[in-house]
Amino acid sequence: MILAADAGNIVVWIVWVVAAFTCLGSGIAVISFTNPFYSALSLIGNLASLAVLYLLLSAEFVAAAQVLVYAGAVMVMFLFVIAYLGGRADAPWAGGPSWQSVAAVCASAALLVEVIVVIGLKTGGRLSHESSVDSAFYGQPYEIGKLFLTDHLLAFEITSIVLLIAAVGGVILGHHSRETSA
Amino acid sequence: MTGPDVVWYLCVSAFLFFTGAFGVLIRRSPLIVLLSLEIMLNGANLALIAFARYHGRGDGQIFALTVMAVAASEVVVGLGLIVAMSRRKLDLDVDKLRTLRG
Repeated sequence: MILAADAGNIVVWIVWVVAAFTCLGSGIAVISFTNPFYSALSLIGNLASLAVLYLLLSAEFVAAAQVLVYAGAVMVMFLFVIAYLGGRADAPWAGGPSWQSVAAVCASAALLVEVIVVIGLKTGGRLSHESSVDSAFYGQPYEIGKLFLTDHLLAFEITSIVLLIAAVGGVILGHHSRETSA
Repeated sequence: MTGPDVVWYLCVSAFLFFTGAFGVLIRRSPLIVLLSLEIMLNGANLALIAFARYHGRGDGQIFALTVMAVAASEVVVGLGLIVAMSRRKLDLDVDKLRTLRG
């Protein structure tokens, strides 16, 4: 496949490989750093390389939303809270392998094997050809907005309610803790 | 078609989900557990968007955007809980929160 590719295809493959390995490497870095501050910083790299993968899948609006929502809002909040709490380090690998970490390795490896086996069995080559996109606006704000306001109006409305409840919950949690600790 | 097949994206997404699940299970700091949850959600998002591209339809992207909104809400509530824990001078260790254990 790579041999038959033309120059543009090779560029896409190189970008894909770099983005995918950055993504996986920073994901591993998130869970292996002992300092939560470094973990949050590597999650930013993870999210940015995922945005590149979304762009390769021609999902421009989702890539922009990923950078805005995650890197812009969620990660800033994470870094604020880590700075507020002082970034205490916990050592996940201290004290040798307990039964808990052995069980964690087994459970997550079982998840990985399960997903890979399902992908291999169920797709076995059938996914090798993408269908062409039927709309010139695929992945652009025009198409996303149209889908949100026609076919997926219920999801749109429920999302707004979820966000409202989360905002109210955040305010109540902050208020309650201030009252009890005083 | 240019670029890798959908299967490659699915493998990356499966490995991301594995990384996140491993982090949730093995780390004791609730902050890192929340970060690992974000990795798991992003793995699911990548699979959704890969299948949306495979089918050439935008519905998977709508689902991914909804997942993003839910992830943002989850972070708000989770971080609020962590700050509340630290204000009550509780240990930031998910193994030591066993008041509700029967």
